[in-house]
Amino acid sequence: MEYFLQQLINGVTLGSIYGLIAIGYTMVYGIIGMINFAHGDIFMVGAFIALIFIVAFGITASLPVVLLILALIAVLVASMALTAAWGWTVERLAYRPLRGSFRLAPLITAIGASIALQNFVQISQGARNKPLQPLISGGFTLSDGGADGEGFIVQLSYSQILIILVTTALMIGFTLLISKTSLGRAQRACEQDRKMASLLGINVDRTISLTFVMGAALASVAGLMFLLYYGVIDFYIGFLAGVKAFTAAVLGGIGSLPGAMLGGLLIGLIETFWSGYFSVEYKDVAAFSILAIVLIFMPEGLLGKPEVEKV
Amino acid sequence: MSAKSDNLLAVSLKDAAAGGLIALALFSVLIGMKAEVASGLGGQLGIEYRWVAVAIAVAVVFGGRLLLNLFVWKADKPVTETAGSFMPSAKMLAPLGKYAMPLFLILAVALPFLLLSAYGARGSRQYLDLAILVTTYVMLGWGLNIVVGLAGLLDLGYVAFYAVGAYSYALLAQYFGFSFWICLPLAGILAAFWGIILGFPVLRLRGDYLAIVTLAFGEIIRVVLLNWYEFTGGPDGISGIPRPSFFGLEFKRGEGGFADTFGLDYSSIHRIIFLYYLILIMALITNFVTMRLRKLPVGRAWEALREDEIACRSLGINTTNTKLTAFALGAMFGGFAGSFFATRQGFISPESFTFIESAVILAIVVLGGLGSQIGVVIAAIVMIGGFEFFRGLEEYRMLVFGLLMVVIMVWRPRGLISTRNPSITLSGKKAKGISADLVQEGHG
Repeated sequence: MEYFLQQLINGVTLGSIYGLIAIGYTMVYGIIGMINFAHGDIFMVGAFIALIFIVAFGITASLPVVLLILALIAVLVASMALTAAWGWTVERLAYRPLRGSFRLAPLITAIGASIALQNFVQISQGARNKPLQPLISGGFTLSDGGADGEGFIVQLSYSQILIILVTTALMIGFTLLISKTSLGRAQRACEQDRKMASLLGINVDRTISLTFVMGAALASVAGLMFLLYYGVIDFYIGFLAGVKAFTAAVLGGIGSLPGAMLGGLLIGLIETFWSGYFSVEYKDVAAFSILAIVLIFMPEGLLGKPEVEKV
Repeated sequence: MSAKSDNLLAVSLKDAAAGGLIALALFSVLIGMKAEVASGLGGQLGIEYRWVAVAIAVAVVFGGRLLLNLFVWKADKPVTETAGSFMPSAKMLAPLGKYAMPLFLILAVALPFLLLSAYGARGSRQYLDLAILVTTYVMLGWGLNIVVGLAGLLDLGYVAFYAVGAYSYALLAQYFGFSFWICLPLAGILAAFWGIILGFPVLRLRGDYLAIVTLAFGEIIRVVLLNWYEFTGGPDGISGIPRPSFFGLEFKRGEGGFADTFGLDYSSIHRIIFLYYLILIMALITNFVTMRLRKLPVGRAWEALREDEIACRSLGINTTNTKLTAFALGAMFGGFAGSFFATRQGFISPESFTFIESAVILAIVVLGGLGSQIGVVIAAIVMIGGFEFFRGLEEYRMLVFGLLMVVIMVWRPRGLISTRNPSITLSGKKAKGISADLVQEGHG
């Protein structure tokens, strides 16, 4: 039972990170119907930018708590802005010129952009992985293993709490953004019918750009969380995280924001429980099999709308 | 005129400055500050500042954008227009299609002898190796072209079948001692079998979903190969894979070898030349089969499927079977190529079957022009040749490769050869090349 609880906590944490990345996929897919293959690498870029800021500003665990929190918020904002700029640039250079072109074209440029980003970071930051001293240590011990000390120790660390809290807050914020603001309305309009939206005076290009910017900003949050949680990153983390986040987006129903979050949580849980109870080596196989099974039996996902074939 | 050119310069400068500023923002962190494990800090990260590199990168962006603005984007007479007239247009391609194919073929057949006479046995080895590599990718490209180019199904996990072929041969040779010539058809059949197994459930999916499932499948195969240590050797791979023989004659020194039987002096280059012809013939068979299949009902069904799946279904074409045959055939040729890869290398490991391989093969097909057989050849020569040419710049070539994929796609979204001859025409009418703009992409 204690073991289960610990896996549950870990799974929810991992799932939150996947969920944050998945939102970027789901928004972009919803609005222009393409898999933004480079999104996983945007997440990786976000993690690197956050790491560089943390090291450059000399943020360490020895700072007083209040200062540490303020510094982390500053890092978060700065890396969100910069990663968003990367996301915007990728969209501007690789996707916008191909709007209205045939279906495969943007997917190929997306793969190209993904390879380019990965290797750019490998060259500029080196191929070795970057270990970061833990910034947030400690946590609550929910179960100390019983009186005889033979049970399993269950811990809920502060960084896990932070990740879950930030994810929840961002989720609420973005749901409000999509449902209440004019930008969100424009996005939903573009999602339904791009031509009609542009006839009604919505700047479609700008809306799409902003979608990419928002997705990239969320991915950078995920990057920082990943960095704080695992404490080590390399240039290759984007690929697997990207594919799994896409799986999460599909599982939850592509185009649906709560769906992406739900899918992320499920994928995180499946992966953690699989590695906890079966085998660590095959955890990726488990996640990918889920993807295949969901797509085959329930292509519209858990919370998605079924796709209507139009002639 | 001068006012206009002044204006042009001002606008271009402004635009280039904006680009430079964005580049400055983007590069200042990722290039300007390198997080490196410093030796003095006890394993902690330190920052190494490199502002000169940032300045260079920003200058390149600024200068590049300025030149592009002045001469291409905003100019009255873009230089690309003049350059573009040299690019193959539909009209120029008609004779090209007629003569280029035989020409390419003659060149390909004569290549080993040309190289031998030019560089000698020792010097030509590296060029022959490169030719073998390029031809392997041509074959893979043609195999994938059946799936992506003809049937319009986007497959991002093609390398899985390549891996199945390679491992089938390696394992059959290791456990049962089968020779290459027995394993070659078996590997193809096994790969096709896997194609069907994978195909059955997922082929109901459309477009991008299919792409992502095939990608996942490719990764699953790789992870299994990596972790099933007892059977596949895991990350160590399989080594000592037997070499192919020439109708039972081995390429070895002394009695009973290939050179001995034909009264030649032994040279290691014989085997390389043999391997080259082997893959050339395999690739040509792939091409031949594809071209013939295009004319059969199943080939026409593939192309119809690519153009419009719903119309296909309403005309009574069994879309599942059509997709499955395309998938299985593409997989089979991937399997053939895989077992050739295994026998050429003599060593395989999961390292060789990563997603990047799938991306390279898909890029060859798409950049060459979907459905164009000659386009695949050109793209394979350009990409793999260029790839090896820049081997010295090991670090940068993948970056350049990624950027090239973006640039070529933006420049020519339909690929380098974007016209194709119709498979069938009304009797009496002359076959005319169809411009790519007229060819709708299906939804797979």
